[in-house]
Amino acid sequence: MSRRISPVIPGFGLTLGYTLVYLSLIVLIPLAAMFVHAAQLTWDQFWAIITAPRVLAALQLSFGTAFVAAIINGVIGTVLAWVLVRYTFPGRKVIDAMIDLPFALPTAVAGIALTALYAPNGWIGQFANDLGFKIAYTPMGITLALTFVTLPFVVRTVQPVLADIPREIEEAAACLGAKPLQVFRYILVPALLPAWLTGFALAFARGVGEYGSVIFIAGNMPFKTEILPLLIMVKLDQYDYTGATAIGVMMLVVSFILLLIINLIQRRIEKP
Amino acid sequence: MSSSTQSASSVANAARRGSPLSRRLLIGFGWLFFTLFLLLPLLIVVSQGLKMGVGTFFDAILEPDALSALKLTIIAVVISVPLNVVFGVSAAWCVSKYSFRGKSILVTLIDLPFSVSPVIAGLVYVLMFGAQGFFGPWLQDHDIQIVFALPGIVLATIFVTVPFVARELIPLMQEQGTQEEEAARLLGANGWQMFWHVTVPNIKWGLIYGVVLCTARAMGEFGAVSVVSGHIRGVTNTLPLHVEILYNEYNHVAAFAVATLLLIMALFILLLKQWSESRINRLRASAAEE
Repeated sequence: MSRRISPVIPGFGLTLGYTLVYLSLIVLIPLAAMFVHAAQLTWDQFWAIITAPRVLAALQLSFGTAFVAAIINGVIGTVLAWVLVRYTFPGRKVIDAMIDLPFALPTAVAGIALTALYAPNGWIGQFANDLGFKIAYTPMGITLALTFVTLPFVVRTVQPVLADIPREIEEAAACLGAKPLQVFRYILVPALLPAWLTGFALAFARGVGEYGSVIFIAGNMPFKTEILPLLIMVKLDQYDYTGATAIGVMMLVVSFILLLIINLIQRRIEKP
Repeated sequence: MSSSTQSASSVANAARRGSPLSRRLLIGFGWLFFTLFLLLPLLIVVSQGLKMGVGTFFDAILEPDALSALKLTIIAVVISVPLNVVFGVSAAWCVSKYSFRGKSILVTLIDLPFSVSPVIAGLVYVLMFGAQGFFGPWLQDHDIQIVFALPGIVLATIFVTVPFVARELIPLMQEQGTQEEEAARLLGANGWQMFWHVTVPNIKWGLIYGVVLCTARAMGEFGAVSVVSGHIRGVTNTLPLHVEILYNEYNHVAAFAVATLLLIMALFILLLKQWSESRINRLRASAAEE
């Protein structure tokens, strides 16, 4: 099975074996158990559970808000990466370090903080309220929470790639008469796109499954602001393990199909 | 702007720095976004936590249920992080030092927990070890409780933090290659000597970086732990779950006080992360000079 680079270095069997055993015990076997549990259902029963109107509404909400949040991060994250890489200005190091805050901050803390800010009587929410719309307890609030927790993904994948692009290339293009937009379109976009897509996919996958930061700001109304992970929780609280499992399986399968598609797009870009 | 009198060097200069206006706008945007989106949430947590004064703040943190939640969070971190460190080193070792068939599948599997919802991570353990789960009856006969008890909380925490250390070490160890280890072996070091005296010093800062990220997630995990905890106050509540309970009881001041404690831990973690990152960069720079 193995073709070692270096026959002198010991530990191949030990480390591969330990890695496989640990991964199987912690991740693979439990995940497989979920699929086995779901297999107790007939296809029709499974289909009936995952196409129930309440489940479909949650499915649409979860994937929709995660997608919008990933797009927002795709834009803002790229701008932030640009600002942090290309400009030196007072406070740059502080902002750079704080970009990772959403990863370090427990999601429950992020959830209650954002709710306090964007609730109709909150510091920011009151202005929205004056203008006649609500942010917290609507899909907009969910998108906001997801944008917060997934902020670092795009910044941190685009940043190193942007830093590695030699500036001479852009300068040469500008000297040859390229307009800034042309430099962007023909030099920066092709170089950054694979990393951007990776960041986008990570943010999207995290957003679909995110629970802690969302449930405080969502309002959790069935059919309106109930996300898929919450629906799994609700089913578990009702001891409906089969229902929870069916939704879990569906969620995993849909996520993997989407990640696979993003992966394929990425490969086509990298090897034209 | 693009008059023909402009020299090529100033065009190049403009391309490098952007026009002063767009440069200022973008930096302004960065600052605005940082203030509104990252700084304000921090400020509101602290200000709400201190709303009723310092006394109430410390009462909320030092209350027995909060302390037992803190203890449980620390236990979960102390067990899950070292296990994932051993796994991460072992996984990075076999992925970066050898080539074998199925390696890319293995790397994908290591990353798998990142794309699984934390709620599902909790659910799978309930299906395995819960009363109606595969091992439920056997566990009950032997009077062992996993779900709704400490072992379940630890398992769920391990699940969601499996990839962190491995993910940091794999690219670092691939970059470093195998030459130094081979040299150690040829000079007569045995496997463990090679590992402790050559590999560990090389990967030290990457390892610390991975541990920091892993600790942050383990300490703050909510969804997965929420499913398996059973929410028994003072018994199976971690700090983030304690925040939720207080918040749902409309005890907002206490909720934000405990949240402030978590926030301070998060900022401390950011500092550690920054420090280990700068050490890695310094090592890279000195390696590039040689």
